[in-house]
Amino acid sequence: MTTTPTPTSPRAGRETTEGTVYTVTGGDWDEIVSSAARANDERIVVNMGPQHPSTHGVLRLILEIDGETVTEARCGIGYLHTGIEKQTEYRTWTQGTTLVTRMDYLTSFFNETAYCLAVEKLLGIEDQVPDRATVVRVLLMELNRISSHLVAIATGGMELGASTVMIYGFRDRELILDAYELITGLRMNHAFIRPGGLAQDLPAGAVDQLRELVGTLRKNLPEYDKLASGNPVFKARMQDVAHLDLTGCMALGVTGPILRSTGLPHDLRKAQPYCGYETYDFDVPTTDTCDAYGRFLIRLEEMRQSLRIVDQCLDRLQPGPVMVADKKIAWPAQLALGPDGLGNSPDHIKQIMGTSMESLIHHFKLVTEGFRVPPGQIYVSVESPKGELGVHVVSDGGTRPFRVHFRDPSFTNLQAMAAMAEGGQVADVIVVIASIDPVLGGVDR
Amino acid sequence: MGLEESLPSGFLLSTVEQAAGWVRKASVFPATFGLACCAFELMAAGAGRYDLARFGMEVFRGSPRQADLMIVAGRVSQKMAPVLRQIYDQMPNPKWVISMGVCASSGGMFNNYAIVQGVDHIVPVDIYLPGCPPRPEMLMDAILKLHEKIRTSKLGVNAEEAAREAEEAARTALPTIEMKGLLR
Repeated sequence: MTTTPTPTSPRAGRETTEGTVYTVTGGDWDEIVSSAARANDERIVVNMGPQHPSTHGVLRLILEIDGETVTEARCGIGYLHTGIEKQTEYRTWTQGTTLVTRMDYLTSFFNETAYCLAVEKLLGIEDQVPDRATVVRVLLMELNRISSHLVAIATGGMELGASTVMIYGFRDRELILDAYELITGLRMNHAFIRPGGLAQDLPAGAVDQLRELVGTLRKNLPEYDKLASGNPVFKARMQDVAHLDLTGCMALGVTGPILRSTGLPHDLRKAQPYCGYETYDFDVPTTDTCDAYGRFLIRLEEMRQSLRIVDQCLDRLQPGPVMVADKKIAWPAQLALGPDGLGNSPDHIKQIMGTSMESLIHHFKLVTEGFRVPPGQIYVSVESPKGELGVHVVSDGGTRPFRVHFRDPSFTNLQAMAAMAEGGQVADVIVVIASIDPVLGGVDR
Repeated sequence: MGLEESLPSGFLLSTVEQAAGWVRKASVFPATFGLACCAFELMAAGAGRYDLARFGMEVFRGSPRQADLMIVAGRVSQKMAPVLRQIYDQMPNPKWVISMGVCASSGGMFNNYAIVQGVDHIVPVDIYLPGCPPRPEMLMDAILKLHEKIRTSKLGVNAEEAAREAEEAARTALPTIEMKGLLR
């Protein structure tokens, strides 16, 4: 015997060969949900950070959550405010690089280059900067792009719980830091790029070691694809999460990998070339997914493109000076290693202390006071790994800047956090922050 | 800290001290307290090449309540200072602090309105580690020195006696201003 199912009242059963079957259709679910929302039972405000292992630094998030859904998200910043911009106004133009390199400490060379390009434009010496200095700047910037993206992927993986990605990322970053150490003497916070050129020339054997580094990185980079790109758990956490389309990016001033993940190939190296980027052969990778996974893929591809540029830089390096010839701007002495450590070269000291009074005065004035920059203001922007890094420098004609303002991409991109996180799950907030990759040193300065 | 604190003077204390110090130094849990540039050298020290796991230190705890070492890695701003103190207060005793980098130790190059001129204004510091940022090797050296300090630390009445001696030594030490010659 069969019975045809008929709409019945919720609690009425119907007889079948298996026995009585109850079909529960329930009341009006929407009404229940809306009444629960009115009661606000599940809505709580969670404070996340500033000390939290997954907020990418000392970022504070204020999340209003309804169950597992984030209904409102806000950033609290300023926990790493260092007063760097103000302090540059009390130091010489050259000392400025030492300060700005510590702003976004993962993209030191970009901060230094942007600042130095601005100062050189104000001085009107941008054509006199030697080619070798510019090529080395590009080389260091592209290595820096790789190391910054490696940290973005490594810490992003760690925040998702993928410790292996973190260990791999830091493994390759160490290789790049070795190259930095060889060239600048420091692993971080280099202050190597100075107004007018570089602090020093590349040491002997640097080119060979850099070629070896490029080879090692070429071998290692595909491992991230093997490890993460096809990983179903990784994809499930990243795909269609942290969605921000082109309209949203434009409205919020977002640049960098986030903008390129919407399909717009905007890259200042192509759109508004500086440091001779128009003569280098490289592609600007994009995806059209607008999500965190697309940004991850873009970062991977940008690292490969950066390796191409590093290769071209190494081919182009010609012997020559690395500092402008103008003795009123360049540091008066070449540094040399003496018995008591690194310092001014003995020849230079012999000259200023023994033979030339004018040299001594010149040295004293340049070292204690620094050079003067003609009055004016300038805005220079470079493509940092995180987006458009702009520097607005104002000079009143003195030996110190009147104002140095950085348009740090981390700061501007961070305001897209609410647009990406609201409406999503609490766990997705971590993915949102990791895909923006803000560095709080750059956000707060 | 436990039973050993209430033991009478001298009774079994030196043996208990050695055992407790040896155990404590081998299982230090640092709290993740990365602030700025130094945090990346701290993470590098925990990653593959430097591998803090060799010293039983790889378990970085997200919650201060599970940690007994705070490595203040980076510049401490005025806004961060009360947060830092609260995290320190949340850590259970016994606890130690490494001030990593010159900014945390003395304010460093940032002698300005925004930065606390040394984290010892807020919390007691056991090890000051210079550098901007210090290399992972330097951090490991600081950690090993801290391990030695933990291993030889006193308990109960002996700890009180040691504190009295340290205070007396500091009180009678020659002030820097009265030192002669090259101060190095």
